[in-house]
Amino acid sequence: MLDSAISIFTAGRNMARIFEGLGVTLKISMISVLLSVLLGVPSGLLMSSKIRFCRLFFKLYLEFIRIMPILVLLFLFYYSLSSVFSINLPAMAVAILVFTLWGTAEMADLVRGAVTSLPKHQWESSRAIGLTEPQLNIYVIVPQAIRRLLPGVINLTTRMIKTTPFVFFINIPDLVKVAQQIVEVTGMKNLLASVWVYGLIFFIYFAICYPISLFSHYLEKVWQD
Amino acid sequence: MSPNDQVILKITDLKKRFDQTDVLNGISLDVRQGEVTVIIGPSGCGKSTLLRCLNGLEPINSGQIELNGQLLTAPGTDWSTVRQKIGMVFQNYELFPHLNVINNILLGPMKVQKRPRAEALAEAESWLDRVGLKDRALSYPRQLSGGQKQRVAIVRALCMAPEIMLFDEVTASLDPEMVREVLDVMLNLAKGGLTMLIVTHEMAFAKAVADRIIFMDDGLIVEQANPEDFFNHPESERAQRFLNIFQFGRVHRDKN
Repeated sequence: MLDSAISIFTAGRNMARIFEGLGVTLKISMISVLLSVLLGVPSGLLMSSKIRFCRLFFKLYLEFIRIMPILVLLFLFYYSLSSVFSINLPAMAVAILVFTLWGTAEMADLVRGAVTSLPKHQWESSRAIGLTEPQLNIYVIVPQAIRRLLPGVINLTTRMIKTTPFVFFINIPDLVKVAQQIVEVTGMKNLLASVWVYGLIFFIYFAICYPISLFSHYLEKVWQD
Repeated sequence: MSPNDQVILKITDLKKRFDQTDVLNGISLDVRQGEVTVIIGPSGCGKSTLLRCLNGLEPINSGQIELNGQLLTAPGTDWSTVRQKIGMVFQNYELFPHLNVINNILLGPMKVQKRPRAEALAEAESWLDRVGLKDRALSYPRQLSGGQKQRVAIVRALCMAPEIMLFDEVTASLDPEMVREVLDVMLNLAKGGLTMLIVTHEMAFAKAVADRIIFMDDGLIVEQANPEDFFNHPESERAQRFLNIFQFGRVHRDKN
């Protein structure tokens, strides 16, 4: 039985391709998470600001992104942009763009939640010692919000990693796509191929996501206040 | 040090409304350099709102506030600069929970006033020593008692070298045994000649610390007098009624 597994993973470039697929998955999700966090923090601060236009704008954006299935967004940016505006973005760019749009919306909402949960007095005490609005955000509000944000950000990261297989619909060979191709080729001769290959994929996802979750537990413990 | 004649804070006909409710109905008050003014009155009389208006935490509807001749109620006032001159301590002693005591204190001097760390640190440590908290410099707020937190909040405001300090019911949410340690700090500041505007419900403290008592009711200054006169012979009927709240007659029980 083990022979059937060994024969799949040693055949041709199968193992190398699985790692390439993993690389694609990680590249898309990590870049998107990074951009989402960088863009989501200021967006979230604007979302909880006193300026009504800002709140309304981000509210609309968030609702739009939430309602829309990721797959529709991917198709919209990959196929529709090129046919209507003749803008041809590479598939990789479309994937990162769509995941960043989604992640930024989610991140902004997380930041808004964390900021509005802080007591009002934190703003007043900060103003009372003369901090300007940007200073009070940098030194008082954001550092406290980050601690409250952490569980949500970790959750977003793992969701992002788990949602990347959608990119296979715009022809990007991510981890799941590669696995599927290998199963298609070897499955005819090897009945257990799907068990071995998807089993391996299962453990790869676990190996990526579990340490992230452990890291978040660790930070929560360190930051406890 | 007794108050001299120089008026440091001048409030003229200040009015403040929340929605449909008038909170301040025309407050005029001069505070002189080195003077300790204590504002008392029933809850909801507008005394806390008055303090919050003075450093711009609440916008006002009409009237004027001048600090050392500078009109604060003019449009375009840079409140960040003004608030460095008007220190404020709140009822809820909100320290910044993610910073330790010394960093709570140094945030203003270093980030707002851009003072060098060594100099600000030396001043902060000397103040902490004076309020009996030198050994707590590296503690986090969650490790302190309410009274200790409030003393740190006072030091945090003092390290900005304000020209006047506002105290908004700073002992109101403290356990009784911690009230004293905070009031002692304030008494010492008064002795040191700091100009202070204090809102409090501690009548014995008001009597001890005040150069002048302001009695407010319904958004107006009803009476102002020196503490002896005010507490012994309040002139207005409303002040008499208010002070009676703090008196208890001996209970005589019927014995069968």
